[in-house]
Amino acid sequence: MQQEKLRDSRQVFLEGMKDGIPIGLGYFAVSFSLGILAKNVGLSPFQAALMSLLNNASAGEYMGLTMMAAGASYMEMTLATLITNARYLLMSCAMSQRMDPEGPFYHRLFMAFDITDELFGITIARPGYLCPRYMYGAMVVSIPCWALGTALGTLAGSLLPLRLVSAFSVALYGMFIAIFIPPARKEKVIAGLVALSFAASFALSRLPVVSDLSDGTRTIILTVAISAGAAALFPRKEDTP
Amino acid sequence: MKLYIYIFVMAGVSYLIRALPMTVLRKPIRSRFIQSFLFYVPYVTLAVMTFPAILDATQSQVSGLAALLVGLAAAWLGADLFKTAVTCCAVVFVLEWFIH
Repeated sequence: MQQEKLRDSRQVFLEGMKDGIPIGLGYFAVSFSLGILAKNVGLSPFQAALMSLLNNASAGEYMGLTMMAAGASYMEMTLATLITNARYLLMSCAMSQRMDPEGPFYHRLFMAFDITDELFGITIARPGYLCPRYMYGAMVVSIPCWALGTALGTLAGSLLPLRLVSAFSVALYGMFIAIFIPPARKEKVIAGLVALSFAASFALSRLPVVSDLSDGTRTIILTVAISAGAAALFPRKEDTP
Repeated sequence: MKLYIYIFVMAGVSYLIRALPMTVLRKPIRSRFIQSFLFYVPYVTLAVMTFPAILDATQSQVSGLAALLVGLAAAWLGADLFKTAVTCCAVVFVLEWFIH
């Protein structure tokens, strides 16, 4: 019995690793472009890898780098990270409801470390209680890809021809697009919000006075204002996540 | 040194956001406004950060704009995260071949 249980948990871990491979490849391309940006901000490959290893957040790290570039205060950095990563709060809430109440507490601490759009997606997609070992399998594959990609981007960003760097640097935006377009396609409200966000962000970056604010600050202001407006005008139904 | 402090501030905040609900909160959030706000935040943030920043990420604004439009179309037609990202890169790579 004990033997069988052991083999099962190893099987689940391997399944997680397998599903982590395509995610890791995607992470690699995106974090490479993050690394190029990190280099421009002045981070060493080690600092860039450390940032990725500890943060595991594309948009959050992107925002962090723009705040560093702007020489933001630590308070601004805290606020910016809080806002950009706010969605993980929601995912963590959702996951907390699906944990085995009998399971050991430390799983919650370890799983929380790598709640990302992708790992949240594959972990919560499995039926029943969440399986920590499955998520660990995916983490073991994807976390190194994410950190390594960032370090290599920082290293190679200066060795690659300019045109290649230019091409890689849009990978991050491609990923952002792939996150907000599918729900925008399903719901008119989200499509409208995306269009409004584009327009407002463009306007604020070109207007006098406001355009002197840092990119990060403008993003926080716009995110809070537009999301709060949308939440007031178009509240979600109870059962939608 | 300042960079390390930035990195640790980011890491600390990111971890707390992820770990607090998992460990403390065992009941669902009740407020409909906060639920809705949290639901909209990721999409709005990502949209705001994408445009117009993508125009300045490339060597020429034309290729940045093309990458944006093709990326929007690809994602709309169902391309996943990886495919959309690679498509955007390919557009810039090919276009800047002609521009320069």
